[in-house]
Amino acid sequence: MGRVLAVIIWIITALSVLLFVSKKWWFPAAISEHGPALDRQFLITILVVGIAFAAAQIGLGWMVWKYRDTGKAGDRGTYTHGSNRLEVLWTVITAVVFITLGIMGQSVWAQLRLHDAPAGAYSVEVVAQQFAWNFHYPGKDNVFGHTDPKLIDDSSLNFIGLDPGDPNAKDDSVTAALVVPVNHPVELRLRSKDVIHSFWVPPLRFKQDLVPGMEIKVHFTLTKVGKYELACAELCGQQHYKMKSYMLVLPDEELNTLRVLSQEQFQTRLGELLAKYPTVID
Amino acid sequence: MSGESHEGVHRHPAPTGFIRKYIFSLDHKVIGIQYIILALAAVLVGMTMSLLMRLKLSWPDHQWSLLGALFKAGAPNGVMNPEFYLSLVTMHGTIMVFFVLTTAPQGGFGNYFLPIQIGAEDMAFPTLNMMSFWVTFVGFVVILAAIFFSGAESTVGPIGGWTGYAPLSALGAIAGPGQGMGMNLWIISIAIFCVGSLLGALNFITTLLNMRTKGMTLMRMPLTCWAWFTTAVLALLSFPVLLGGGILLLLDRLAGTSFFIPGGLYVSGILSGTNPNFPLHTGGSPILWQHLFWFFGHPEVYIAILPGMGATSHILATFARKPVFGYRAMVFAIFAIGLLGFFVWGHHMFISGMSPYSAIAFSVLTLSIGVPSAVKTFNWIGTLWGGRIRFTTAMLFAIGFVSLFVSGGITGLILGQSSLDLAMHDTYIVPAHFHLVMGVASIFGMFAAIYFWFPKMFGRYLDERIGKLHFWVTFVGVYCIFIPMHVMGLVGMPRRYSQFTEYGFLDKLHPLVLFVSISAIITITVQLLFYFNLVWSLFKGAKAPDNAWEATTLEWSTSTPPPHDNFAGVLPTVYHGPYEFAVPGAPNDFVMQTDAEVEVSSNGHNGQH
Repeated sequence: MGRVLAVIIWIITALSVLLFVSKKWWFPAAISEHGPALDRQFLITILVVGIAFAAAQIGLGWMVWKYRDTGKAGDRGTYTHGSNRLEVLWTVITAVVFITLGIMGQSVWAQLRLHDAPAGAYSVEVVAQQFAWNFHYPGKDNVFGHTDPKLIDDSSLNFIGLDPGDPNAKDDSVTAALVVPVNHPVELRLRSKDVIHSFWVPPLRFKQDLVPGMEIKVHFTLTKVGKYELACAELCGQQHYKMKSYMLVLPDEELNTLRVLSQEQFQTRLGELLAKYPTVID
Repeated sequence: MSGESHEGVHRHPAPTGFIRKYIFSLDHKVIGIQYIILALAAVLVGMTMSLLMRLKLSWPDHQWSLLGALFKAGAPNGVMNPEFYLSLVTMHGTIMVFFVLTTAPQGGFGNYFLPIQIGAEDMAFPTLNMMSFWVTFVGFVVILAAIFFSGAESTVGPIGGWTGYAPLSALGAIAGPGQGMGMNLWIISIAIFCVGSLLGALNFITTLLNMRTKGMTLMRMPLTCWAWFTTAVLALLSFPVLLGGGILLLLDRLAGTSFFIPGGLYVSGILSGTNPNFPLHTGGSPILWQHLFWFFGHPEVYIAILPGMGATSHILATFARKPVFGYRAMVFAIFAIGLLGFFVWGHHMFISGMSPYSAIAFSVLTLSIGVPSAVKTFNWIGTLWGGRIRFTTAMLFAIGFVSLFVSGGITGLILGQSSLDLAMHDTYIVPAHFHLVMGVASIFGMFAAIYFWFPKMFGRYLDERIGKLHFWVTFVGVYCIFIPMHVMGLVGMPRRYSQFTEYGFLDKLHPLVLFVSISAIITITVQLLFYFNLVWSLFKGAKAPDNAWEATTLEWSTSTPPPHDNFAGVLPTVYHGPYEFAVPGAPNDFVMQTDAEVEVSSNGHNGQH
């Protein structure tokens, strides 16, 4: 019985390790500046995790393989209550390894979240709602027009309550897809109209909740042109599973011509670009 | 601590009538069995819900005619709709966490065996104990009612996940299906549950501190008792916070307060304050709910698993025929886990919008909680080392617990890092992690416990052949279900999606989703064997002697099943530590705690040999 159990534990361990090592199902290729650093941190972590996992399971299997009851009269187990030396040893080793890992695990976070976006970053306001995304661009003047929830009017397609009386709002555009430049810092100002949503683009390696009542500023830099799927990652109600949009990453010059267009032209041009670029899913 | 101080305080005569004996019983043993029956019923409901979820995920458009007949609103023409799926998610999580993982390990086995293992006649407050069960039972009735009384809306219950994040959960019916009466009942049920758990926690703590029999020093207690005690302390400190949070949430919904609802919300086409269905709200904080919830929610994880750890240590030593390796370190590790468990709740909230600086503190503290967990694992393996293992079903499940605890716990090193959470948060690696470690590992601890203690509780062994078949399929099955979910998370698959049909990047995961669903169907079906075994063995199982497993602790020194006052009027005296197996020179390979004749050179908890 013990040997069967040991073999099963070892097989499960081997298959689990294989599932990860084969990389048949793995992260999509990173498209952000911080992506490779995050991937490296993941690799170091999964290595530690994998070694500890395999060692513990192999050790457990070895114990049940080796130390079974022989049924012989007078054959007894080793009488011991433990070893203080061993306790200190494995406590210190795991503490050093785990806490080191924990401290290393802050670097990407600190780089992204403890600093504001660099000056000159390309800003987009993201306003989520059940079950759609609105992206608000400041237009030529680079100043966001004033918004007010009282001005929200779905029938006239003013989903974010943009104030038509504000001169700064005149050149603003609001779209259902996110378009951002490559190799240029991007700042998102995240808001929600109703409940909590979460901004999630897997190859971007970035996620942030959009919380009603708050404006959360985040920033990152993209490194690859293309069209990527954007999903909601926080349960927001019935149609959470299809609260979908796209993030289109464009070369700087293409984006610069887009951003100065009027609202209607912006919409049309963005539609053409979305049709032009195939969705990158790996 | 001697037994004198409490003489007469808790003693109550054996009841004679059916109702006082089996329904409103003051006997901790009956109450323990009531909790276990409650959990057995609840887990059946929760498991059926997970089965339905897997059916939906793998065959999103299939017409299940039976479902169509049962749930006209949730599965019109037999096709489960998104709100049906989401209410299954919510109810599955809530029922499993509260009414299974909190009731069976603590209320069930803790109630039955803590007093016996420390040599007490009953719990310190038997009436309080009875109340704690019946309050919990009412909570269960209310949560079931939430499925069926959701108002006119087309769901089978509340939608919010077991975490019920505000403001979705706070806005009321205007926020969509699943936010009406069902959500009120969901909150009320949890509030009731909190009260029941608090009453229970007070009882456990008082009993353990005041009612240990002569010779039962703290360091001679079985590790199960340490685990139940620590769990009770966690419950005492964390449930009131959830209770308070729940009341505030209910006030937001019913009384127009704004604890969790900020101003200026625009929901379903209506601006807050412009319509009687959506009164004016202003100034609330959605993140406050998350802090309150997780301040409870993280310790709750340890409430679920600590008793399983205790049972595993207890059973590993018994069937390895060896003392627990590093008893003292095990006690410290339980404390360390309990203490650190209160300082890591923020790791659920890295991307919630809270301060990114506090995320760093929470993250490093989270990684450090891996240390006592690893210490426990090393000591379990150390306990097996040099043993003479008897592979009973209880032992198989205890070994399974260790394997699953390692597999599930170790990915905490990934999820606990704020940087990696940017990619991992709310993807399938999260359910993979917590199902393995707090779900399945805890359940394995309870399986081990029931196969181990059933002969003491009912005088008959559970059938070992059925038990072993149950173990093999379940052990392999749960790995097949939860290991693939890890790589789904790496690909980026979000949690709580009712179907995976809308995104191109999820397409390549469909074979894995199907594999998981089939594994789940098989594993769930096999659990029926366990229920059959329980009923069959109750009447037909092999008769068990008083000491069914040649074990050492006090429950095995009294008759089977134990009499009403546990020790037939004579409280035992304890002479040894709890796990004196393989003592050189002793007549048997086990020395019971009550055995005054045998000399044990070690006092049972002292370091090296």
